[in-house]
Parts: sequence; structure tokens; C-alpha cells
Amino acid sequence: MISIKNLHKSYPMGKDALHVLKGLDLEIKEGEFVSIMGSSGSGKSTLLNIVGLLDEHDSGEYYLNNQKIEKLDEKKAAILRNKFLGFVFQSFNLINYKNALENVALPLYYQGVGRKERNAIALDYLAKVGLKERANHLPNELSGGEKQRVAVARALVTKPKVILADEPTGALDSTTSSSVMELLKQINREGMTVFVITHEEDIAAQTDRIVRLKDGIIISDEKTVKNQ
Amino acid sequence: MFDLDRWQEIFQTLSKNKLRTILAGVTIAFAVLLFTLLFGIGNGLKNTFEKQFAGDSQLSVYIRSGSTTKPYKGLQSGRKIQFRNDDTKFINEQFEDEIQFFSPNVERYNVRAVFEGEQNNYTVRGVYPDYLPLESAVIQDGRFISFLDLKRKSKVIAIGRLVEKDLFGTKSALNKNISLDGISYKVIGVFNDPGGDGDERFIYTPFTTAQSMYRTNDELDRFGLTYNPTLNVDKALAFSSLLTKVLQQKHNVDPRDQAAIRVQNYAEGAKNVQQFMMVLNIIILFIGIGTLVAGIIGISNIMVYIVKERTKELGIRKAIGATPSAIIGMIMTESIFVTAVAGYSGLLIGVLTLKLIGKSLEEYFILNPSVETYVVVGATIILIIAGTIAGYIPAKRAAQIKPIVALNDE
Repeated sequence: MISIKNLHKSYPMGKDALHVLKGLDLEIKEGEFVSIMGSSGSGKSTLLNIVGLLDEHDSGEYYLNNQKIEKLDEKKAAILRNKFLGFVFQSFNLINYKNALENVALPLYYQGVGRKERNAIALDYLAKVGLKERANHLPNELSGGEKQRVAVARALVTKPKVILADEPTGALDSTTSSSVMELLKQINREGMTVFVITHEEDIAAQTDRIVRLKDGIIISDEKTVKNQ
Repeated sequence: MFDLDRWQEIFQTLSKNKLRTILAGVTIAFAVLLFTLLFGIGNGLKNTFEKQFAGDSQLSVYIRSGSTTKPYKGLQSGRKIQFRNDDTKFINEQFEDEIQFFSPNVERYNVRAVFEGEQNNYTVRGVYPDYLPLESAVIQDGRFISFLDLKRKSKVIAIGRLVEKDLFGTKSALNKNISLDGISYKVIGVFNDPGGDGDERFIYTPFTTAQSMYRTNDELDRFGLTYNPTLNVDKALAFSSLLTKVLQQKHNVDPRDQAAIRVQNYAEGAKNVQQFMMVLNIIILFIGIGTLVAGIIGISNIMVYIVKERTKELGIRKAIGATPSAIIGMIMTESIFVTAVAGYSGLLIGVLTLKLIGKSLEEYFILNPSVETYVVVGATIILIIAGTIAGYIPAKRAAQIKPIVALNDE
């Protein structure tokens, strides 16, 4: 599903460049539940941005769903994101003047799905994350856990190939964290590839495979204990 | 193509963000309101001017005589210059091509007019038939003096509308006989004159009749003429100075003597008025365009601010699959929509305001202030173009922001 070979990325910092990713190799198969662990500055967010087509890599190869990603213009990237990827962010990134249902339906709007149809689909996914009765609430009327579940529903609504979650529990307390993780596990059990970035050991421990990043290189890549 | 979904999306964005929508709308509406009011008031000033100068034909030239102020060719100063019938013939022959209407004039002030007990004093003018267009007067009943009247020295008169009103009240004066200083004249016509009340209290009689009645020989008072309308202002002015020169030569007047023969050319006044109007127009245009530009800059500013404020939202939209063209389309449609609606409301308010306060502005020399349809249409088109430009630049920028940068924007 995701295949990365010798990936490099650096950011210009004044005259110098900050070398963030120093030659990563990573293979993620369909249906895997993978977490990327690392402290801040390890390059894990940069990796997620590149995988999520939100940023471009400098060198190396990246295949998403067997499609080589290089020199994408904004339009192509937008279409690929819409088709293959679903995002869950630490800060939820819901549009605050749209209610839960409208937020979930928005990706379908950009696919050109009609209003009635997309609202029906969105409602199904809200039901799936257990928020059917909160459909008409605005994000600021929802708790953090509920917001994140709306975000998960929004990520799922286009039936993507991969869910990319950037610190999905970073802004949540432990109870709501586990409910969001349960949701991600459930999605994964249904066959979805889930790619989580976190710096919390107990969150990573709930996934099937942990990739540890440090200073831009992978220091370990192993299955979690429960699956061995 | 009308895309209901897209409009619903835009209406939602606008209505959920009332403050910025109102802010943008008010800026544009206010600019257009000011523009409309300025334009309307400018037009009102113009209308006043046009009315003030409508009294006489703008092509008209009047020639009067006075006394010399300089000795010339052995003749003393203080000599009275008197026009006579041979001057009429002379001018007519010399300037046949340049002249359109021409009339000598004998004038008598304070003539007592009596009709069945009603009486009043008026100025009586003996003129040619050409005099009517000279005054821009229009016959409303009957006819004006004819050449046959001139030839026969008929005792007929054409009276001003107000003379009829003074002496006849609501009745018609046509074909009635009025006594002028004891001699009976038949009213053959009633005229009105846009020049105002004074011009509608004249009594016109054939030149020959007046000359034989009020003068002992072939003396006359002055000439009125209009020059050929094909002459432009400069040629008309050249014509009147040539006219002055030949008349001065004929009457042995020093060319520098300005009092003896006075040629009053309305073209000069018309030229001044034209220049004044042009300056007025330029000022109005300048201020009007300035106001519009200020409005456009205002809306651009607000659009830049709106896009900045929405950076994160746009980042989210891009992350979940909005293409750059979808982002540009959304922001531009919003911008054009707000500009067009707000601009048009400003225009409507402006036009209504002009209608409401128009009457009360008359005492400030502003007559019937209004804007023409083409200005309204033009301004609306300019607004839509402005909205497009104002929306495009920030929209383009927004579309170019990388989603990752936008998402990190706080």
C-alpha cells in the first residue's frame, strides 16, 4: 500500500538546510495497523505529511497504492488525497461553522456527490462512530473525543485506502483516548490500513506494528508483543 | 453554469461569518453610495447651469452702440454712434454666410398697454420674424411677426405669456385688440420663453411698425443675430471680432474704442460655461473614480484579511480534497457576490436618496440631481470586475499555500 525507499527531506533554514529525513525505507501492506513513534523533532510528522501528500519529498521513492508519487501538482495531489487518504489530526481540524454532518460530508462535496446523497452517507458514518444524534451540533458544542470521532468519520467517508492519524489522541484525556483508539482498531479490523503517529508508548502498543524514528532515521521496526 | 451546491456552500460561508460579510458589504456599498451621490449632485449642478444659460440661444450675438470714448480721424470723443437701416443692409450683405438668423431692433420702454380696464407697462420691441429663434422663444398660440407684416407695417403684436396672463387672466388674448400708448394693436400670437419671467413680459411688433411709430427717421437701437451653427466656438469668436472691426470702420470709430460699438457674443459665455462644465465634470469624475478605487482597495484589503483568517479552513479543505481551482472558485464567487449585491444596494440607496432630497437641494443650485442609466450599468459592471480582481489575488495566493502550512496556521 505504502512503499518508501531511501526518502530524504530537508527544510531550508536561512542559509543552512535542516535535514529532517535521512533516507527512510518503509513498507506498509494493505490492512496493517502501524504506528510511528518518536520524540518531537524525530521527523515523524514530516514523514506523515509526505505520506499524506501534504508535502513533497526531496529524493528517494514513494509509491502510494502502486502509484509513484513525484512532481505532483496541487490539483493531482488534491484528487489523490481525496481518493486514497483520510486524515485525522491532533487538533481535529473541523470547520467550526459547519455542523458535524456537514463536516463529514465535505470531502464528498469535493468529489461532486450530490447534497442528499452525501448527507445520507455522512450520517451513516456518524452512526458508525456513534454520533448520529449529534449530527446537527457545531464542533464547539462537542467534546474533544466527539470532535475526534467526527474527524474519523470525515476521514472514512470517502472510503480511502489509508487512514493517516497525526497524534489522534494528543489532545484527549485517557478515557476518550481509548475510545478513539478502539474506533481506529475497529476500522482496522474491517480491513482499512491505519497509519498512526504518536509519541505515547501505550497508544503505540495498541497497534500491530511500531516503527521508531530518531533523528530522521528508523531505529527499529517490529511487531507488537501481543501479535507475536 | 448554475451549481446549486456551490451556492449553498457560499451562502453558508457568508451567513455563518456575518461580521466579515457585513464589513466587506458596507465598505463597497458606502463607496458606491458616495459615488452615486457625488455623481447625482454633480449632475444637479450641471442641470442648474444649463437652465441658467438656456434663456437665449447660445449662438446669439447682440450688437449695441454707444458714445465714442476716444478721438479718431479728427472726430471728437463723446460722439454718439447711431445705427440706421443702412447698417442692417450692410451687415446682412457682408456676413451672409456666417449669419443664420438676423434682426434689427427698435425698443421702447414703459409702453402702457390697456385691455378692457386692465393695464400695465411693458417693453415693446420692433423686430424681424427671425427674432423668435434668437430669444429661444416658442409660439404657443397663433403666430409670430411675418415678413408680410413688416412690409405692410401692420399694427399687430405677439405678446409674452405673462402679458396675456396680466391683461387677460385666463382668457385667450388671440385676435383681441390691445391699446399701446393709445394706439390699437391686434394680438396675433402668444409666446413663451425659457429665459424666465422677464423675457415673457415683452411685446413684439413688426420692426417697420415700431420704427415709424417711435422714431422720426431710419434710426434703430441694436441688432441681434445668431451665427451659423456649423461654426465652432473659435470661428464664432473670430466672426464677432471681424463684425466689430468692420462696423468700427464704417462708423469711424477707433479700433481700440470699446464703448462705441459693443458686440456681445454669447459664444464667449458659452465657451466659459463649457470650460467650467468640463472642469466640473473632471472633478466629479476624479472624485467619483477616487471613491470607487478606495472602495475597491477596501474590498481587496478585506478579502486579503478574510483569506488570511481562513488559512486554516482552506488548509483543511485542501487536505480533504479541494483542488486549487475549487478554492479559487469559492473565494472569487464569494467576493463577486458580495461586491455585486452590496454595490447594487449602495447604488439603489444613492438613487433613492437623490430622489428624496432632490427637491430640497434646489436652493443650493442643485437641480434635479440624478444619475443616468449608463452610469448605473457602468458602475455595476466596474464593481463586478473589481470584485473579480479583489477576489482573485488573495484567492490565488490561498490556493498556492501548501496545505501543511495552512494547517499549522493558528
